[in-house]
Amino acid sequence: MPAARRSPLKPETGLDAVSEQTLWLMAVRDRQDRQAFVNLFDYFAPRLKGMFIKSGLSAARAEDIIQDTMLNVWRKAHLFDPHRAQATSWIYRIARNRHIDVLRRENRPLPEELKIEDQPAEDASQIVALEMETEKLRSALMRLRPEQRELVEKAYLGELSHSDIQAETGLPLGTIKSRIRLGMERLRHEMKANTAS
Amino acid sequence: MTSIRHHIPEDILASYVSGSLSYAFSLIVASHISLCKDCRARLETHEAVGGGLLEATKPAPVSADLLDNVLGALDAPFEAPRTFARQGPLPGPVVEALGGKPPVWRSLGMGIGQCVLQRSKNQSVRLLSIPPGQAVPDHGHRGLELTLVLKGAFSDETGHFGVGDLEVADEHLEHTPMALEGETCICLAATDARLKFNAFVPRMLQPVLGI
Repeated sequence: MPAARRSPLKPETGLDAVSEQTLWLMAVRDRQDRQAFVNLFDYFAPRLKGMFIKSGLSAARAEDIIQDTMLNVWRKAHLFDPHRAQATSWIYRIARNRHIDVLRRENRPLPEELKIEDQPAEDASQIVALEMETEKLRSALMRLRPEQRELVEKAYLGELSHSDIQAETGLPLGTIKSRIRLGMERLRHEMKANTAS
Repeated sequence: MTSIRHHIPEDILASYVSGSLSYAFSLIVASHISLCKDCRARLETHEAVGGGLLEATKPAPVSADLLDNVLGALDAPFEAPRTFARQGPLPGPVVEALGGKPPVWRSLGMGIGQCVLQRSKNQSVRLLSIPPGQAVPDHGHRGLELTLVLKGAFSDETGHFGVGDLEVADEHLEHTPMALEGETCICLAATDARLKFNAFVPRMLQPVLGI
């Protein structure tokens, strides 16, 4: 794993509002912090197992994919950008991609990773803002009626096939989308500024 | 890159996120997202929903030795999977589908070239190269056809499509795409005869995304 080149966070930048999972993942990214990795494992491995079993995998198969997922978390941590995703969303992506590849026995096409050679300093306020938007989405998810929740779970966690489910919910996805977009804009501007200087 | 006007429809994006999209269409989606920061943000938004559900999942205890197995493997040498950077107009996922080699064009006549990336009974995905000003004759697709512009531009009865724009055509659309003057148009075109979209996720998202 290449050494992180981004400026370390200063303790006074107010990251106490950021979820500890995201902070652990940043510690793995910046310092290859093993204790932080163990914390991530202890938190996510049992949830991943619950998710995989819900989607129909056997316990043994689920643990194989968890092992691959957590190894990928370690190896890809340098790509983690907390301005664009919480640790939970990022680990969901890695787990889901691995799950799909294993079931399909092929490598599903994935978008190019955003390449930002010299990462700008973290902007705590942006990270916190994304966390808050994501939190709003989470609580909206929890407020869904059970049958709606089940449909959403089927779509995002479930078996990888089409289904005829239909539902209408009011998840506030729009605000997170603008937040992520803002984070990306900010990175783009800083990149431009860095290249210009 | 900022001028993309035709994006991935919500139902197709949701199917990509859930893993139910064919290889051919997944290649189109991954290529468009490589060009479009807007759709990248939309994809990441879906992943935030997935993350929320993961977090709320009831934990199931894992085997006692799983953590040790993972920790033991952290320092093991591993071969990082090869990544494919964009080459000229071709985004990384297309370069990967080509195995890193330049496309080999086969003539379809009228100066039009094609390079098939994958073809099976129900789906296909190919690169098309269309000379300036040339119209593409009706190629009779069953099911849905997605066309992503990688270079140049084309227009048809439904509108104008430039670099990064995605056209979605169902089997009822009779259209004659024509490459614009001045530049060869290179497109990534995929068909899937089986695909019928359910209305679930798009409906769910309609009120919040304003689609």
